[in-house]
Amino acid sequence: MNVLNLVHAFFGDGAHWHGYDGIPTRLAEHIGYSLEALLIAAVIGLPVGLVTGHYGRGGNALALIATAGRALPSFGLLVLMVLWIGLGLLPVMIPLVVLAVPPILVTTYEAVRTVDPSPVDAARGMGMSEARVLFRVEVPVALPLILSGLRTAAVQIISTATIAAYVGLGGLGRYIIDGLYQRDYEKVVGGAALVAGLALVTLLLFWAAARVTVSRGVRRST
Amino acid sequence: MIRIDAVTKRYDDGTVAVDRLSLEIPDHAITVLVGPSGCGKTTTLRMINRMVEPTEGSILLDGADIRQQPVNSLRRSMGYVIQNAGLFQHRTILDNIATVPRLLGWTKQKARGRAAELMARVGLDASLAKRYPYQLSGGQQQRVGVARALAADPPVLLMDEPFSAVDPVVRKGLQDELLRIQDELGKTIVFVTHDIDEAIKLGTMVAVLREGGRLAQFAPPAELLSAPADAFVEDFLGADRGIRRLSFFPSDALELATAPLVPLDADADRLAAAADAPYLLVTDADGRPLGWAEPGAPLDRDRLLDHGRPFRPGTDSLRTALDGAVLSPTGWAVAVDGDGRAVGVVSQQAVGEAIRAAHGRAGAEAKAAR
Repeated sequence: MNVLNLVHAFFGDGAHWHGYDGIPTRLAEHIGYSLEALLIAAVIGLPVGLVTGHYGRGGNALALIATAGRALPSFGLLVLMVLWIGLGLLPVMIPLVVLAVPPILVTTYEAVRTVDPSPVDAARGMGMSEARVLFRVEVPVALPLILSGLRTAAVQIISTATIAAYVGLGGLGRYIIDGLYQRDYEKVVGGAALVAGLALVTLLLFWAAARVTVSRGVRRST
Repeated sequence: MIRIDAVTKRYDDGTVAVDRLSLEIPDHAITVLVGPSGCGKTTTLRMINRMVEPTEGSILLDGADIRQQPVNSLRRSMGYVIQNAGLFQHRTILDNIATVPRLLGWTKQKARGRAAELMARVGLDASLAKRYPYQLSGGQQQRVGVARALAADPPVLLMDEPFSAVDPVVRKGLQDELLRIQDELGKTIVFVTHDIDEAIKLGTMVAVLREGGRLAQFAPPAELLSAPADAFVEDFLGADRGIRRLSFFPSDALELATAPLVPLDADADRLAAAADAPYLLVTDADGRPLGWAEPGAPLDRDRLLDHGRPFRPGTDSLRTALDGAVLSPTGWAVAVDGDGRAVGVVSQQAVGEAIRAAHGRAGAEAKAAR
């Protein structure tokens, strides 16, 4: 039986579309975990990246944090957190946030730091406050890169959020883990396909967000 | 008036960018700060809008220390133009120009209306209003930079090497445009450049700075050329300052010879009257110069010598007249009126005499001024 047949069988089975283990429920759970993790990571990563990028300082410290964050295996961190804190949503959120902060932080820092200095100098010389310089001059130009950092983080979160199922939570990881235990490969492949599909939809959403928010003058000149 | 009073800028590592500099920058005139790199000219400019704070000394604007008012309101009262224009790439041309009025709290509509006026003033076509900076040439971007600086009608304009990054032809156009705008608006302009020719062309007053941020000379350009304060200034002015100084002498005192002017269809009597001239300047029926001919030979339109570039007495300087005479194959320059009709010719010797006379007058004036 090839993979396409498995996918077809999974999605064709009406039982997979209802109830607490149905696709809509699991998908909603997965999106919920992912959004929450992305939101927390953005709340941490964006301000720090914006401020350090604006003043052009702290790059070495950021690189260190980022490397450390990327070096931590999410699954290992999850197990540690469960042993330490116990079961629940928090031990799942921690590895997801640790995973997502580095790309957001480092990309935002680089995006703001590398904005052409001459418009920034002109803006200051015309009497803009530092906050205005950051939000009216630097961020609009840095936006494509900042969005790409968020996009990377979002896709990594979506694929990694499957680990929530290991500690008894829901999400699309449920299908993969339960399927593996039950040797139900239809379920495993179906879950994996859903995760991949969700990641693709996320890419599409970020592309659309960039179309809407990035000025034509920036899109065309970079 | 902007008064720079014994200002020193010393950085933490001990380098001195500006050293006890004092300057009185006159109102409604262009004051140029010029010097080699590392002479502190940009630092001096940036101290006027407090982008750099002086270590010692003070800067007074109309008698009040510039540190007395909030830094951002000071900056909004001074137009600021930088090299490469520094436009905001995410904003349209119109919104770039409207930046300072918007900062001052004007409505969007009023600010854009003002921006549209300024586009016309700096010679930008209205069709560019909705474009983005990347769609404009370097010269057009720099015009936008000037318009943006003028948008809130500030009394003071600070310009930091604004025309250095564009090619020489565009630069000349921008310089002429700046002089034209200045004639209309009469701003107090402080202009930084490393190009002494630009300084001499634009400056009402020119401050020459030397390495280490010390003032070498502060004088009107003609005086700079005729009486450089020391060997550094003389060296910085370059080899041909004598020739360049002629730009400041008018050509209206030149005695024009009219006898050598003959129309192409001149009759024998007319030619005989001009027989004593070493060369004849042949003109067309409207009196426009066609070229030079040897006296005595029959006038043949196809065998005339090129008449070179003519000058306009009164409008052009002695430098242009001399240049015309030097370039002319006969050694005579052609003078024309506003419509391009020949009004006379003048020899190199006559230009030379006019130069000596002008030097004499300038010397007497300088003595009287002292």
